[in-house]
Amino acid sequence: MNGEELTEQETALYDRQIRVWGADAQRRLSKSHILVSGLKGTAIEFCKNIVLAGVGSVTLNDDRIVTEEILSANFLIPHDESVYSGKSLAELCCDSLKDFNPMVRVSVEKGELSNFDVDFFDKFDVVVLSSSTLSTKISVNEKCRKLLKRIAFYAVDCRDSCAEIFVDLQNYIYSKKQGDEAVECLLEYPSFEEAISVPWRSLPRRVSKLYLAMRVIEKFEELESRIPGESSDSDLPKVQKLRKQLSEAQSLDESQIPDSLLERLLEGRIEFPPVSAIIGGILGQEVIKALSGKGDPLKNFFFFDATDGKGIIEDISKQKP
Amino acid sequence: MVGAGGIGCELLKTLALSGFKDIHIIDMDTIEVSNLNRQFLFRQSHVGQSKAKVARDAVLKFRPHISITPYHANVKDPDFNVDFFKQFNVVLNGLDNLDARRHVNRLCLAAGVPLVESGTTGFLGQVVTVHVKGKSECYECQPKPAPKTYPVCTITSTPSKFVHCIVWAKDLLFAKLFGAKNQENDLNVRSSDASSSSQQTEDVFERKNNEDIELYGKKIFDHVFGYNIELALSNEDTWKNRHKPRPIYSKDISPIELPHQNGNQAKISVGGDISSVSAMASMGLKNPQDLWSLNENSAVFLEALKLFFSKREKEIGNLSFDKDDQLAVEFVTAAANIRASSFGIPLHSLFESKGIAGNIIHAVATTNAIIAGLIVIEAIKILQSDTKNYRMTYCLEHPSRKMLLMPVEPFEPNKSCYVCSETPLTLEINAHRSKLRDLVDKIVKAKLGMNLPLIMHGSALLYEVGDDLEEDEVANYAANLEKVLSELPSPVMGGTILTVEDLQQELKCSINIKHREEFDEEKEPDGMILSGWTPALAAEKNGSTSTTENGASTSGVSQATSLMTEEDDDLQIIPTQPGGKKRKISDLSSAATSDFSSVAKDTKIQRKDVDGNNDVVMLDDGSLGNSKKKIET
Ligand SMILES: [Zn+2]
Repeated sequence: MNGEELTEQETALYDRQIRVWGADAQRRLSKSHILVSGLKGTAIEFCKNIVLAGVGSVTLNDDRIVTEEILSANFLIPHDESVYSGKSLAELCCDSLKDFNPMVRVSVEKGELSNFDVDFFDKFDVVVLSSSTLSTKISVNEKCRKLLKRIAFYAVDCRDSCAEIFVDLQNYIYSKKQGDEAVECLLEYPSFEEAISVPWRSLPRRVSKLYLAMRVIEKFEELESRIPGESSDSDLPKVQKLRKQLSEAQSLDESQIPDSLLERLLEGRIEFPPVSAIIGGILGQEVIKALSGKGDPLKNFFFFDATDGKGIIEDISKQKP
Repeated sequence: MVGAGGIGCELLKTLALSGFKDIHIIDMDTIEVSNLNRQFLFRQSHVGQSKAKVARDAVLKFRPHISITPYHANVKDPDFNVDFFKQFNVVLNGLDNLDARRHVNRLCLAAGVPLVESGTTGFLGQVVTVHVKGKSECYECQPKPAPKTYPVCTITSTPSKFVHCIVWAKDLLFAKLFGAKNQENDLNVRSSDASSSSQQTEDVFERKNNEDIELYGKKIFDHVFGYNIELALSNEDTWKNRHKPRPIYSKDISPIELPHQNGNQAKISVGGDISSVSAMASMGLKNPQDLWSLNENSAVFLEALKLFFSKREKEIGNLSFDKDDQLAVEFVTAAANIRASSFGIPLHSLFESKGIAGNIIHAVATTNAIIAGLIVIEAIKILQSDTKNYRMTYCLEHPSRKMLLMPVEPFEPNKSCYVCSETPLTLEINAHRSKLRDLVDKIVKAKLGMNLPLIMHGSALLYEVGDDLEEDEVANYAANLEKVLSELPSPVMGGTILTVEDLQQELKCSINIKHREEFDEEKEPDGMILSGWTPALAAEKNGSTSTTENGASTSGVSQATSLMTEEDDDLQIIPTQPGGKKRKISDLSSAATSDFSSVAKDTKIQRKDVDGNNDVVMLDDGSLGNSKKKIET
């Protein structure tokens, strides 16, 4: 008898945790269109997750030709040259993803994403950039924001066993469950450019060191016109110099960004598969939340470092005046 | 690896990508059509084949040069004994049933092999744990919350508990009939061959314009309770070790005269109050605690279906199950009970069904990927003997204080755990009334989770199971089972110490018998009480109150609860086990600097080295100091 009552009580008490996507959410998912640019390991994990979840369509953008290095982080492409020769990475992934769930349309969009105009993005509900340059993140994010419809924008980067996810849902209203009641909540997200221009002095206390280190590396690659991740530890002296400049300009103690972390990020051209699985899963969850309107979305950065195992959310936006 | 299901597929993929070279995988299941949209290594053409074998083949396609050894077998088979387990460096669990997990835990303890596990905490979300004998708690040191997720194939094909029938009725059937039309649903599929049949199935559930509602209801009834069961029966392998279900057709059900067909029921409906539309009411069934017969359940099913289409037609296509929706609860109760009848599972009342239906969490596909990633990270630390950095990681459903993934140090072994410590158990029992069979069924099997038990009183063997017994031994033990304890050849009474042992699990424990005359039938239905054993839902001790951000208090279900105060930036984890010590996460996860990143580096360097010959090597940097490199999940 007691067991029965406890179950009832648990039901009431943990109601917000006993979430069910429900038919309504599934319908919204199945009508949504997602663009994924940059198909490294984490993006592949993400694609698998949303294709299995049953979104409407997934459009892949990555014109690179498959190399051994790419193959090492990819479980979609058979290890057989006769299959992958002559096709782009996106084309090969597309073939495999279609197999996962015939109800999802998977297609390829060729070209350099930063060259696409605003209208191109209008057909998507979600845009995910993986390992993009600083300028591409900023420009694509801005284009998404110019459209009347709200496009959820995500940028994800995995280096070594570290990862960063950025989320921009613009003005996002969702119903948050508080006890038995649903309360309307408004979250105001800054754009990527707005977020990273928040002065370092006014960042949240004990902000993740990864946030700072990522900004230094990102800036470095931008200045040197590198493809993201195409740097190595031989770049360390230059990166240290940039760290000093940026820290001084922001009046931050440069020891906040340790050498060891910079080194790891510089060398981490291959993503660490377990981290890709974790980040691809978390990104998948966030996109499903944003599309279904169910669950509290994260705002607006997520950091993970397998070294300490912590997965941390940081809210980095301008303080309201 | 044990298990090639939802977590198993993710785990095998991530292990292979991470460079693991020698993996053994055990799974007794075959692939069902309904697995396909979650277990991504499987395709339509694999249906009916061994999960372990197909998972191996799928992974070898993108990692041709590693060794994966599949076993299409039950991990409880005697072949998988302690020696078998000893050949591995680490065991990874991708199982979702408690029995098999307890079994694997015991074998790992006996073999001295570290085990990485995952599961729900019932409160915080998912958790990945590391169990190393003597260093951290074992899987059974802590009470386990009732599992709240269920394998899809159990729901669609092989239910064994009433809750499986409820999940089927609510999430598959109800959703299919009254929910969004284009959603994915495991009921879409029904036979192993291809798309033509799923096309047909769509037609069965689709009600044609002006199709007679009575006929439509019977058609659905016959399809899901008759035809689908017949189809399932045709897959004979499934039923080798299982009770075969019985197809039920509407023609077999004797009609029940409905009272008040045109009476007050109609009037109520005209009033437009949806909550008053009730199949129970129109059938004159009043008490929700009553158990309905199969006939009554069938009549409620058909009546509820009819009422949805006649009184609530506008909502069809938009409905999702709500435990406060009377008609929905009636429909789900009836459907679950009819299915339960098919599978020989005891029926339940509407009152009970409602409780069960309102308390279910779905496995979210993305969670499997996250959990698998966390498991692999711990497995790598184990291979490096990076003992200091073992962590249990909570994957929080609702982030508390910015933390979504929250690592804490593994808990110490529970000194009173009967599995990994040598604590004697005490059993209060009426030695003059209870039979040995009661003791075996209710205690040794149900509570202690033994598979092949052996019971001794001093040097006298009272009971034993095994293939190698002589006929007279078998007869002797069978006779003993029916005897009351005090009349056994070596009488068991107050003060007796019994030794209970499972040779396969290499688990041995002592039970002190304490005679007691009376037991409260309501509160102590077993007629015996085992103490020194960690029951599910242990009460909180040592006075630690646990609160969370949303003000909810725990019922002792969770292993650890987070305590937060506004002034304090640090998060504290307070183990609810007796004698546990407080610890600060911020301390423990930042103090120890891991050499984890250097592992990653080594891995990469080696990958570069071997790029030329298409091979991937990992963790071969000598720091292992160990020639064994097998992974067993
Ligand atoms: Zn234990």
